[in-house]
Amino acid sequence: MSAAPGTARRARPQAARPRSQPRARPRAGLRARLRRDWPLLAMTAPAAALLLVFHYLPTLGNVIAFQDYNPFVGDDPVEAFLHSEWIGFGNFEALFTDPLFWDAVRNTLTITAFQIVFFFPLPILLAILLHSLVSGRVRGFVQSVVYLPHFFSWVLVVTFFVQMLGGAGLLAQRMREAGLRPWDVMTNPDTFIVLVTAESVWKDVGWGAIVFLAALAAIDPHLYEAAAADGAGRWRRLWHITLPGLRPVIVLLLIMRLGDALSVGFEQFILQREAVGRDAAEVLDTFVYHQAIATQQWGLGAAAGLFKAVVGLILIVAANKLAHRLGEQGVYSRS
Amino acid sequence: MTTQLSDPVPATAGGRPPRRRRDRRPPWEEPPTPLGVFGKGVVLTLLVAAVLVPLWAVLVTSLASRETIDAAGGMVLVPREVDPSAYVTIFNGGQITRAVWVSTVVTVVGTTVSLVLTVLAAYGLSRPGSVGHRGLLFFFLLTFLVFPGLVPSYLVVTGLGLKDSLWSLILPSAISVFNLVVVRAFFMGVPGELLDSARIDGAGELRILTRIVLPLSKAVVAVVGLFYAVGYWNAYFNSVLYLDDNDKFPIQRVLQSYILAGQSPSVSGAAVSLPGVTAYPPTLAVKMAVVVVTVVPAVLVYPFVQRHFTKGVITGAVKG
Repeated sequence: MSAAPGTARRARPQAARPRSQPRARPRAGLRARLRRDWPLLAMTAPAAALLLVFHYLPTLGNVIAFQDYNPFVGDDPVEAFLHSEWIGFGNFEALFTDPLFWDAVRNTLTITAFQIVFFFPLPILLAILLHSLVSGRVRGFVQSVVYLPHFFSWVLVVTFFVQMLGGAGLLAQRMREAGLRPWDVMTNPDTFIVLVTAESVWKDVGWGAIVFLAALAAIDPHLYEAAAADGAGRWRRLWHITLPGLRPVIVLLLIMRLGDALSVGFEQFILQREAVGRDAAEVLDTFVYHQAIATQQWGLGAAAGLFKAVVGLILIVAANKLAHRLGEQGVYSRS
Repeated sequence: MTTQLSDPVPATAGGRPPRRRRDRRPPWEEPPTPLGVFGKGVVLTLLVAAVLVPLWAVLVTSLASRETIDAAGGMVLVPREVDPSAYVTIFNGGQITRAVWVSTVVTVVGTTVSLVLTVLAAYGLSRPGSVGHRGLLFFFLLTFLVFPGLVPSYLVVTGLGLKDSLWSLILPSAISVFNLVVVRAFFMGVPGELLDSARIDGAGELRILTRIVLPLSKAVVAVVGLFYAVGYWNAYFNSVLYLDDNDKFPIQRVLQSYILAGQSPSVSGAAVSLPGVTAYPPTLAVKMAVVVVTVVPAVLVYPFVQRHFTKGVITGAVKG
């Protein structure tokens, strides 16, 4: 490197070395490097400590899935953990023979599949629609409005749906006035899957479009112009230029969604589980909650949680492999 | 796995120049068909209405008098008068006033804690080649792959004695590695020469961070701060897990018990009050006023950071 002019040597000689250039790693001893870099370590430490306690410690704590965990054999969870009996795969045996568990798995996967078909394409369509608007002001206004619900909590989203579409909501009111028999979609288990998808769309369709809008903006306009000159109409340009331009992002997000197949959202389902009943609304996450914390079957709940984590990890890694296979950049992120 | 978790940042650091609005149709494009214009107009109108009509109805109903609500048979769409009595009721002390206060405190304290720790860690991790850099980065990024279960998390939080403490709403979710990666990416884009010159002038790391790096990163800090604040304000489930004390319930929890808890087949929306809060069920106007109070913070901060969204979302979501 040799970028640093040999001026202004301070009390700590190593300190004058430009650290912003990564590869220039002279053979400074570990002690010297520590003396130089300890402020960086100290700055990272608090966040790392929080993750250690609230992320990694509970991750290790998943081992209670192999215990007959009993919170009452000790004064605090740690002591209870130490005194609880190890039962090997007993919890998993109970779990895998529990029909309620398989109901929850089936519900989760059904909802994921349904949402991939009926939710996933909508942000893409919305982005294409917004991108096609000529007036920047109209587009800006629509964007501002449709992004907004992303910032509402699930409690609020469900509240809005209850007040609009519920049995005492605006729609039912108007239908009654018109002499029709109102229906209550908020408590109907048969249409629940449509309802939760509609809620997700309402909340996040605009937000989801941001990524695709950025990808659309990155497509070279000259491609469109050349295609038009060659006589391609708007639909052919959409098919041969726009969609191929979006392909990497679409593949990426689709793969990420597949890797996350066992998660369909938690609060949304917990909030509505009572109203529509367990048969329709029990997903894996709510199953864990109800087994463990509501009905106090800790070991069983932990086993279900661990099952989800392990399968989830396998899915993510597999999805990433698939992404590489398809020539896309692999990712690890919660979208 | 180590290789897959490699440093995700360099690809993102530059960023794309903001997209320029083209307010004119390019000459080669064919003129729009009437049907297309009509279709787009209808779709866009429906979209905007789907968001704005519920907001409008809730706002108008919260300001409607009892007579107007009775006449409308429920939700009101056309304002007749402005009757603030519902707001007077909820801000007269009692459960909702307390809940708004709790949520405000949690949001302010939580956002401060989260933002400070995230910025510090992002800076600490922004220097490839520093001691332990690779290992620490791996430690942070691994959180995207392994997840703590709900049960052990619950046991850790209660085991630390945080049950019924407001810290249980803050500490477990204080660090979002996602946000941290976004901030770090931004910090790594700050030219190294700038930092070097400060170092030569004798500035310590903390001073470099606060005097040079942060002033250059206001936008990203604002967006990440908004994400954290929205997260804290909207948090509902942690309070179900960790809080039993009515007096400590945040606003989302109270909203849930006012509107959703009493929801059962056929009588959905039936009035239900929190035990020991009000002797009589809250009126529709009061419920809607609670909804408005819950919505308002999001709507207020939103315009200030909206233009930075794209950057934050793209950096995080696509290239994670």
